[in-house]
Amino acid sequence: MTFEYAPAPESRSVVDIAPAYGLFIDGEFTEAADGRVFKTVSPSTEEVLSEVARAGEADVERAVAAARRAFEGWSALPGSERAKYLFRIARIIQERSRELAVLETLDNGKPIKETRDTDLPLVAAHFFYHAGWADKLEHAGYGHAPRPLGVAAQVIPWNFPLLMLAWKIAPALATGNTVVLKPAETTPLSALFFADVCRQAGLPRGVVNILPGYGDTGAALVAHPGVDKVAFTGSTGVGKEIARTVAGTRKKLTLELGGKGANIVFDDAPVDQAVEGIVSGIFFNQGQVCCAGSRLLVQESVHDEVLDALKRRIATLRLGDPLDKNTDIGAINSAEQLARITALTDQGEAEGAERWTAPCELPSSGYWFAPTVFSGVTQAHTVARDEIFGPVLSVLTFRTPDEAVAKANNTAYGLSAGIWTDKGSRILAMANKLRAGVVWSNTFNKFDPTSPFGGYKESGYGREGGRHGLEAYLDV
Amino acid sequence: MSTTPHVPAAHALTDVTGSDASLRRFLHGLPGVDAVGLEARAAALGTRSIKTTSKAYALDLAISMVDLTTLEGADTPGKVRALGAKAVHPDPTDRTTPATAAVCVYPDMVAVAKEAVAGSGVKVASVATAFPAGRASMAVKIADVREAVAAGADEVDMVIDRGAFLSGRYLKVFEEITAVKDACGDSARLKVIFETGELSTYDNIRRASYLAMLAGADFIKTSTGKVAVNATPANTLLMLQAVRDFRDRTGVQIGVKPAGGIRTAKDAVKFLVLVGETAGTDWLDPHWFRFGASSLLNDLLMQRQKLATGRYSGPDYVTVD
Amino acid sequence: MSERLSVFKTYKLYVGGKFPRSESGRVYEVTGSKDQDWLANAPLSSRKDARDAVVAARKAFGGWSGATAYNRGQVLYRVAEMLEGRRSQFTREVADAEGLSKAKAAALVDLTVDRWVWYAGWTDKIAQVLGGANPVAGPFFNLSTPEPTGVVAVLAPQESSLLGLVSVLAPVVATGNTAVVVASERSPLPALSLGEVLATSDVPGGVVNVLSGRTAEIAPTLASHMDVNAVDLTGAGAGTALATELEVAAADNLKRVLRPRTGEDFAATPGTERLTAFLETKTVWHTTGSLGASGSSY
Repeated sequence: MTFEYAPAPESRSVVDIAPAYGLFIDGEFTEAADGRVFKTVSPSTEEVLSEVARAGEADVERAVAAARRAFEGWSALPGSERAKYLFRIARIIQERSRELAVLETLDNGKPIKETRDTDLPLVAAHFFYHAGWADKLEHAGYGHAPRPLGVAAQVIPWNFPLLMLAWKIAPALATGNTVVLKPAETTPLSALFFADVCRQAGLPRGVVNILPGYGDTGAALVAHPGVDKVAFTGSTGVGKEIARTVAGTRKKLTLELGGKGANIVFDDAPVDQAVEGIVSGIFFNQGQVCCAGSRLLVQESVHDEVLDALKRRIATLRLGDPLDKNTDIGAINSAEQLARITALTDQGEAEGAERWTAPCELPSSGYWFAPTVFSGVTQAHTVARDEIFGPVLSVLTFRTPDEAVAKANNTAYGLSAGIWTDKGSRILAMANKLRAGVVWSNTFNKFDPTSPFGGYKESGYGREGGRHGLEAYLDV
Repeated sequence: MSTTPHVPAAHALTDVTGSDASLRRFLHGLPGVDAVGLEARAAALGTRSIKTTSKAYALDLAISMVDLTTLEGADTPGKVRALGAKAVHPDPTDRTTPATAAVCVYPDMVAVAKEAVAGSGVKVASVATAFPAGRASMAVKIADVREAVAAGADEVDMVIDRGAFLSGRYLKVFEEITAVKDACGDSARLKVIFETGELSTYDNIRRASYLAMLAGADFIKTSTGKVAVNATPANTLLMLQAVRDFRDRTGVQIGVKPAGGIRTAKDAVKFLVLVGETAGTDWLDPHWFRFGASSLLNDLLMQRQKLATGRYSGPDYVTVD
Repeated sequence: MSERLSVFKTYKLYVGGKFPRSESGRVYEVTGSKDQDWLANAPLSSRKDARDAVVAARKAFGGWSGATAYNRGQVLYRVAEMLEGRRSQFTREVADAEGLSKAKAAALVDLTVDRWVWYAGWTDKIAQVLGGANPVAGPFFNLSTPEPTGVVAVLAPQESSLLGLVSVLAPVVATGNTAVVVASERSPLPALSLGEVLATSDVPGGVVNVLSGRTAEIAPTLASHMDVNAVDLTGAGAGTALATELEVAAADNLKRVLRPRTGEDFAATPGTERLTAFLETKTVWHTTGSLGASGSSY
């Protein structure tokens, strides 16, 4: 007998998913004006979880109007009162964190280990952090009486549904704005549960409005003339479209987009921790992370050693039921995303990169992709240039620190980078030269509400989190 | 490699053990350890959920890996005999319970222990080399080892000279280990205790691991159990990485023994997760992994009873020794 | 004896530290604001001139952004010194360009010199004002610092030919960016003369590049250029179709866009908005953890 882990599924009974959900406008759940709905499925089983109202232009109109009405009162509240609402939300999220974690895992497909230990604690922390800002904005470095912008249109992705909601809503509310938020079409549920959190917190009606829908809903929302602020997290392609849409308007825009992060491993790196960092860099959330370390740049002298250790480690990753507490790799979020990952990896193989796939069995239903490593990759390969947004690592080599920097920066993106070395001066020199908004030295994929996050170049503009993140929601 | 002819491992790294300088170059050339990453990995593995059949397997495996230990000034033959009886039949109410791997005693108790476990397959381990401080002359240390081996010890748990290690006299530490290994002869396996709490840094623990493995240790062991910080998931994880890498490099497999501070079945199972997911299943065997512990065994037994009966057990249903 | 015949100046572009004519060979007539008298022929820059200027600005970016903040401050202060020495020249040019009395023009030149001095002093303070340590909940030292965005295309204001120009240019280069400036279309001469000042200060070639010509002709090239990181649309005018068109073009590589503002008063004391407009925030996480193997307390 060997030490095999028996199934250890988290109980689904902590979450009660209704068969249907409406839009959340002006404090009420309501059907879409045109009555349209869409289904949301569990990516690990393809089971339909619920049927959700799909917001159209008329609903956008209603929601923006509700947010506008609410803005007057909300922005006039003393900061200390807004703070207390946000503290309430933070606490309610903490209380309901198991429920929300299970829900998120069901709707998104990511492992319960991640929703329980990463997403939900960060969601609560984000509200907690921003709550404290609400009555201290005059000390934030944006003037003596910084003013909110008005109605914020926020469009968020499916990879961290509730966390991205928190990144958007917490600073917006703390600074006195009201919001209309569109969650992604494949992961609408946690945002709708958040509407219930707002209800429990007694948040005034219209301050938060949730409009589930597809891209057309988001496009209508950001184009709405009643919107003062647009915040988007998602693909660079859509980000550019939004930038064109808001051109020539008064709308303030922040974009948090794609990336092709370089994780740079020097020959003096703490190898075991580097291997862990490479793994979490590309396999955390199935690699569906904008700041993923999807390009491993490893110094030639330790290439074989690191690659062997990496493969050995990847082979221990446990892929399967996302609700199982021992699952490391969950499902890909959608059939569409799976198709994209598959197409790009096929292209990588066709272009001659050497493909290695972790020896793991894929479940028969749902959307799955085994951890994959491409070695022998050069900057010219598509898998080294395009964001795959999946559990696929491209391994490149370098000889000198200069070459590492040159390769790391040789991308249209500029979101994240990692540096692994025991030499402190090299960390600082490298961090200085990397054109990326977040640099992790001897670690990777760490997030904190106090730490501003955002990209250079085509990874977008503006920062989320920390004192810096407040600027996006203030009239400065 | 003339100093350690019995260690095939050393052939692959034969040129590094000639002097303090060459040892230093080698040991300080080992990859560094990032404390945050190491501890995070250990903590992450600590969240594994081990249930039902896998828990039953893990509890029995853990019991079979216990070096049931008494290392008190107040030890008596009676105490050691009771310990031996417990090692052979840990749970008198359930004879399917596996025996522990060994009992671990001071050298002067080896003969008593040997008799207590005779015929059971349970090994007798003896601490030696002026345990736990190790502050004695080489002659005294070797005499200590010889006495234990002569009394029938199957395993010798030596302590390294932390003072020599911390002052960079690696060759002295190396030579002490090889000398003790010689004194153990073919009859006793050698466990080398680092006292990781005194080595203080993870880099030192990795260096000590390689130093001991090069010198012919059969096991590397965290601690004496006599200082403030003993076995932790992180330092044990680090040593598991060291034995894994050493086998990759030399073909020689070395065992690991965390000791001190592991008191609950839950903790023990976490260590087994570390073993399985770091060194691999080859180490999930009492020949290659041990727990240096005393109170741990009773908690393992209570958890085992809970799994068998479905109700929680209590201290009155396991033996106090 | 008749009055001495003066020597005219041939106004040229300032690109990569050199003074080329437009590669197109074109010039356009610059006239005085008040009397429409001919003042000079200015180069009518082409799209290729814009491209060359971007190449020069990119080439200069590594060195300029990598220079110490103290060094940048010294260099920019030197610009103020050089400008001070040419007050009479700039007073005449500004008076002609903007149709002002000598006294009013002189006051603007003085303000311009003072503005350089003000921004020169900012170079080594902005990081402290904007950056800092973030108290993350874990064993990490986490520091955010501002960094220059890169190559910034600056459309200088059309009305304020020198003070306005310097007010939009100085913050861009003070923070370590390099710039391609499109001078006021109607009044480019002070900007082209500023190139001469920059060339005789210690500003490395390519850090500032000055183009004259039709804003509507040059700006689209810059706004859509994939190696330009940001664009200041001030000179396009608030609410104009051109400004919107340029902002749309800028989206091709997600340039940071500073939109034109209505009625911006360049004589007023500037805040830090223009300094912060073309900065990125870089956040670096370093592991810390415990010193010993006894374990961290987190």
